[in-house]
Amino acid sequence: MTALLEAIGLKKHFGGVWATNGVDLALAEHELHALIGPNGAGKTTLIHLVSGSLRPDAGRLRLAGRDITARSMHERVAMGITRSFQISQVFSELTALENVRLAVQGRRSDAGSSFRFWRPASAEVWMIEEAEEWLGQVGLAEQAGCLARELAYGERRALELAMALATRPRILLLDEPMAGLGPEEAERMTHLLAALKGKLTMLLIEHDMEVVFKLADRLSVLVEGRILTTGTPETVRADPAVRRAYLGEERA
Amino acid sequence: MSRKIPFEPLLWGAALAMPWLLDSLGEAYYIGFATRVLIFALAATSLNFVVGYGGLVAFGHAAFFGLGAYVVALAMQAGLSSAWLAWPLAMALAALTAFAIGLVSLRTRGVYFIMITLAFAQMIYYTVVSFKLAGGEDGLPLAQRSTLAPFDLAEDATLYWVALGLLAASLYGLKRLAASRFGHALAGVRQNPLRMEALGYPVRALQLACFVIGAAVAGLAGALLANQNGMASPAMLYWTQSGLLLVMVILGGVGHRYGGLFGAAALLGLEEALALFTEHSHLYVGLALLAVISFAPAGLAGLAGKRRRG
Ligand SMILES: Nc1ncnc2c1ncn2[C@@H]1O[C@H](COP(=O)(O)OP(=O)(O)OP(=O)(O)O)[C@@H](O)[C@H]1O
Ligand SMILES: [Mg+2]
Repeated sequence: MTALLEAIGLKKHFGGVWATNGVDLALAEHELHALIGPNGAGKTTLIHLVSGSLRPDAGRLRLAGRDITARSMHERVAMGITRSFQISQVFSELTALENVRLAVQGRRSDAGSSFRFWRPASAEVWMIEEAEEWLGQVGLAEQAGCLARELAYGERRALELAMALATRPRILLLDEPMAGLGPEEAERMTHLLAALKGKLTMLLIEHDMEVVFKLADRLSVLVEGRILTTGTPETVRADPAVRRAYLGEERA
Repeated sequence: MSRKIPFEPLLWGAALAMPWLLDSLGEAYYIGFATRVLIFALAATSLNFVVGYGGLVAFGHAAFFGLGAYVVALAMQAGLSSAWLAWPLAMALAALTAFAIGLVSLRTRGVYFIMITLAFAQMIYYTVVSFKLAGGEDGLPLAQRSTLAPFDLAEDATLYWVALGLLAASLYGLKRLAASRFGHALAGVRQNPLRMEALGYPVRALQLACFVIGAAVAGLAGALLANQNGMASPAMLYWTQSGLLLVMVILGGVGHRYGGLFGAAALLGLEEALALFTEHSHLYVGLALLAVISFAPAGLAGLAGKRRRG
């Protein structure tokens, strides 16, 4: 397997806690790879490391064979690695539309530079139209003109996803996109992600096993900063170590 | 502003007619005062761009303001009196200095950013003061005002109109900037830098550009003030000057396009008016500031109309 993204021996500690303790992980192109693990296992930290919002204490990251360990977060986004946040990070004082338009404008590869000082951004209608499309795709067409802070919790989660998608990532890192959603909203998010399958590579952190087994091509189990096992949902489900360390605990 | 009163045309019309008005009232003395207001409005607007639009609470803006003044004074000493050359030079030096300071300072956040910009500005102050050629503690007088052919800056009214024109141009530029791609990106950075970085924006470069633009305009204001005062003085570089500009911004309205103008006009106007009645004008200015912050946290511009931000 030639990996699109490869993490080799990643380590990160906070004080005495090794939140990431030697993680090896390879994402194949176009797979949906789920990451599961108990609270505090280090899932979010791993996303921080891959996206570049945190620097690893040890280990390397490769994108399509190229070492990107030293690249900053915005450089990695430009290379195609985008993350979403476990706690929605939207611009609360901007409209939903402007939130997504900013994501479109940030795409340096095809939208061009943001160091343009004179022409009104609103004159570039294509950015607004594209933002509207993304909003439509996540079911927020009606809310385009609402300030982000006026949106309901689930709508903000959808907006967060629309912004991540609007960067047109090759690799999308999703940190619990369904957390806190009602059953209907979670269902819609699941459909959204299912529709994205095969178009881009996704690393999905998710606690709901049903969703994980439905969506994931492969999954990795993270416990105390280490990958316990990686495999197809079936093999992982059958793994006795996983049942003991994680699944068993959930059923208990 | 979506008001019935055409606020902006009235304001600019009155400002344009001011010298004639004062002249006919026999109060030509106040043309100089009005020019000071415009110059400080320009400086405060440039700081407001950094603080209110860029979200960078910088406490060293006097460095750029003062450097602009010293460039004009030193250039004149060296025989270069043309404003067409000296003023852009003042802007360029202020911008270059801001680039260097910003490169280092923007690695820090919040209170550290305040402290480090203050420290750099004080360093510049002490350097300039210890510099014989720049007149040391006494400052550096200008032999004459800059020449700005075809205008005659020796005329007080002309200097006033030039300052007015530059302020108007800056405020128009600010409007364009806020609506541009850069302005939108800056608004995002101000609200949530991490989110912007995660959308692929080079956040620090955007902040640096904002810091440098603000400094360049402050340098221009400094060049004007040197002409108005007839000298470049160390006081323009001192930290209290940075504080004064910040007070103007807060008083006028942080992040409001007219915040700098309102703040400068209110503060200098109040000082001037109170000086007629009392020796303790600073005390009353302080009280007035306290009142504005308590009752109109969005500043005077916030009172006058809805907030207008990038
Ligand atoms: N900034 C930080 N400073 C100190 N400790 C941290 C920090 N971030 C994470 N940790 C610790 O690192 C460990 C892993 O945290 P992380 O957030 O990565 O877990 P997680 O798997 O995402 O958990 P959850 O399922 O609750 O989201 C935890 O013990 C956490 O307390
Ligand atoms: Mg987490």
